Amino acid sequence: MEWYLPVIWAALIGTAVAMYVILDGFDLGIGILFPLSKTEGERDQMMRSIAPFWDGNETWLVLGGGGLFVAFPQAYAVIMPAFYLPVIIMLLALIFRGVAFEFRTLSDNKRWWNLAFAAGSTLAAFAQGIILGALIQGIKVKDGIFAGGHFDWATPFALFCGLALIAGYGLLGATWLIMKTEGRVADRARVQAKWLLLAVLAFMAAVSLWTPLSIERIAQRWFSLPNFYYLWPVPALTALAAYVVWRSIEHGRDVPPFLATIALFLLGYLGLVISSYPYLVPPSLTVWDTAAAPASQIFMLVGTLVLLPIILGYTALIYWLFRGKVRPGESYH
Amino acid sequence: MELDPVLLARLQFAFTVTFHIIFPSFTIGLSAYIATLGGLWLWRGDERYHRLMAFWVKIFAVSFAMGVVSGIVLSYQFGTNWSRFSLVVGNVVGPLIGYEVLTAFFLEATFLGVLLFGFKRVPPWLYVLSAAIVAVGTAMSAFWILAANSWMQTPVGYEMRGGIAYPTDWVAAIFNPSFPYRFAHMLNAAYLTTGFVILAVGARYLIAGKHQQDARTMVRMAIGLLAILAPLQLLIGDMHGLNTLKHQPIKVAAMEAHWDGDKPGDFHLFAWPNEKLEKNDFAISIPKGASLILTHKLNGLFPGLKSVAPEDRPPVKTVFFAFRIMLAIGFFMIAAALLGAWLWWCGHLFETRWYLRVVAQSWWIGFVAVIAGWVVTESGRQPWIVHGVLRTTNAISPVPGASIAGTLALFVFAYGIVFTAGIYFINRLIARGPQGRALAKTEGFSASPIAAAQDAGREALRGR
Ligand code: HDD
Ligand code: HEM
Ligand code: HEM
Repeated sequence: MEWYLPVIWAALIGTAVAMYVILDGFDLGIGILFPLSKTEGERDQMMRSIAPFWDGNETWLVLGGGGLFVAFPQAYAVIMPAFYLPVIIMLLALIFRGVAFEFRTLSDNKRWWNLAFAAGSTLAAFAQGIILGALIQGIKVKDGIFAGGHFDWATPFALFCGLALIAGYGLLGATWLIMKTEGRVADRARVQAKWLLLAVLAFMAAVSLWTPLSIERIAQRWFSLPNFYYLWPVPALTALAAYVVWRSIEHGRDVPPFLATIALFLLGYLGLVISSYPYLVPPSLTVWDTAAAPASQIFMLVGTLVLLPIILGYTALIYWLFRGKVRPGESYH
Repeated sequence: MELDPVLLARLQFAFTVTFHIIFPSFTIGLSAYIATLGGLWLWRGDERYHRLMAFWVKIFAVSFAMGVVSGIVLSYQFGTNWSRFSLVVGNVVGPLIGYEVLTAFFLEATFLGVLLFGFKRVPPWLYVLSAAIVAVGTAMSAFWILAANSWMQTPVGYEMRGGIAYPTDWVAAIFNPSFPYRFAHMLNAAYLTTGFVILAVGARYLIAGKHQQDARTMVRMAIGLLAILAPLQLLIGDMHGLNTLKHQPIKVAAMEAHWDGDKPGDFHLFAWPNEKLEKNDFAISIPKGASLILTHKLNGLFPGLKSVAPEDRPPVKTVFFAFRIMLAIGFFMIAAALLGAWLWWCGHLFETRWYLRVVAQSWWIGFVAVIAGWVVTESGRQPWIVHGVLRTTNAISPVPGASIAGTLALFVFAYGIVFTAGIYFINRLIARGPQGRALAKTEGFSASPIAAAQDAGREALRGR
């Protein structure tokens, strides 16, 4: 039990983060694509396609952060100070894009709230990518507490990951628009999605080469035998998912591009997990080093196992209630 | 220049949490009010309730958005600013906050979508149920966060091993000694705060001669509620204070600016606590008043500030004045609510202009009382972050002062913009009123909204 608990928790938090990345990813993506739209009407339509969902989507971020606090307080206590500035910049960016949902509808002059929404979404994606990239590279830890410099995160690789995530969320957003809208917005999204897919593939390829070349333990993980035999399906499936995204856009399908993009994201995410496991704070602290007291992990686990299916259930219900396309000029109201 | 990271982290937390609590105080109460209106609408089928519901939902949406985004900041600050706190007490506080996310946030955030956008998509009963779920979600989130905070005031159900707190008894930790009082007091505070906003809005319309029928409904509902809850708050607060005396006597000594434990305490209507000379200047006091309130005896004794070393005392002036502000507002609320109820009883409520004018200006008092109350609670706990377990100075993250100062400035700037815009939009919605353009345009109510909603709901449930 002592051995399994932290692994279960790592899997749960991993799931929460994956849920966050996909769900908030598509609504952040709408913000990233916002400047490319042409009229207020189109922007209304884009925003309406996500308005009933964004709040619930963002709550997965609280669960991811909260979960880390609950299950791995020591990792939380190292990661947050290490990424102090990117975390706070991300939060500030999320504030502006979050209030923009309400303020924009109420405002007569939408310009500033369009800007807040677009810039906030893009900046939040960029900061999240930086945090991810810097975490892959590792954090300096001494005696179990953060011991690095305050700008250690600002590496070329981390900034590169920041750009990669902007493209990735943009792709999720574009395929969401293909699925949920009609008319000019959807047509434009089809074109955008293709470009973004190419960008995402380029970023993924670059990260896949960069990390093993620069980080020894990651090269070991992927290219030593017998690991390689087990792991090769990951890149193969990634290529397949990318192909499905492209083809289904070409064939004018509505739903498959979004689903295949999710698969693409999950596979990329799986690749990162494979690279880092069992480190929560690479390269020194594992999931076992940083685990909370078993009594705390168990107490929370019971609740999570009961409540998570319920949450997933009513989240699905809401997506079903608001199913269907948002047409130009129409609203959920 | 050396910037003190502890002081800055405290300032930053105090600023962000104070900003945050403004919105929960309003959304907890308002969601309950909206659900009540929804219930009345279903029950009586009176269109007026639905109109009011739709009106307040708009305002709720603005306030809720600000509550959510400012709350997310807080949940991350336990790590960014108080990482040692997370390490030492994370085992206990973590799961309490984790349960909040699981039981409350998802509930509120998910069903909010239905409340804001689902009117045409779901049948009326499901729409009203969603409003009720949001209200329950907000109250549950208060439950868990207050359990966490109360544990920091009166920690039990844990043991210390190697400088880290380990839970031993969850039920004891959740229902810790100060929790029931704090939960009741805070929830009631939220309802009072909202009640005064609704009363003020109603009074404003009555004075302006607009939306008369709706305004009367609002004023009656608010006064009926406040006449019960305002006196109740005094009762709960009194019990809360007596309980605090048992567990955190020095906090109470600071609230009363009571220096010498071997003399009965006076109740100071005004004083200027002098922490250097350990006495009060310019005191205007009711002799032995504090002893009477706290011990129910004229000559009863309770611990004074001098019973602990100066470095173990909270900032006396802050706690003392914040407490007085809360009390003043509490008594004003009681007076306003009871007077309103009496005028209603005599049948003059809607004609007594001066009364309506006063309450129309009082929409903000609840917010100030809530903030003052929290300053009493949190500053009164100093120098501890977890009473008797961890000192605030030892809870800090290894982050340089300059970063904290810089991000604090960013927070002040960002919140300044968001708050100004939020207040402006809420004011505009209120100025338009329940029959205003905003509703007509975006909700598009037809002649018979119930029928329309039922059609849409049937359609949605049948799967079109
Ligand atoms: C008495 C009630 C209360 C108190 C003391 C606090 N909150 Fe709060 N919080 C709420 C009551 C609430 C709420 C009513 O549930 C909110 C407010 C408005 C809203 O939208 O939900 C909320 C929102 C909210 C959110 C956004 C949740 C979401 O995604 O929907 C977070 C992360 C927090 N809070 C976290 C905190 C933390 C870390 C606090 C303490 C330091 C805190 N809150 C104090
Ligand atoms: C009228 C008489 C009142 C009394 C005697 C009273 C008493 C108290 C006491 C003793 C505390 C501190 C408890 C502690 O830290 O251990 C407190 C805190 C607080 N008060 Fe009051 N209060 C009153 C009115 C109000 C009103 C009108 C509001 C708001 C509308 C309010 C809101 C709060 C809040 C939010 C806190 C902090 C949370 C808590 O500890 O409960 N109080 N009150
Ligand atoms: C929402 C209402 C709350 C308000 C308005 C509030 C207000 C404050 C204030 C003014 C301070 C600064 C005190 C000082 O330094 O003198 C503070 C500190 C703090 N509070 Fe609260 N608080 C609230 C709720 C909570 C809750 C629910 C928690 C935890 C679960 C919490 C945890 C803390 C922590 C960790 C600090 C920083 C350390 C300290 O300075 O004591 N607060 N709060």
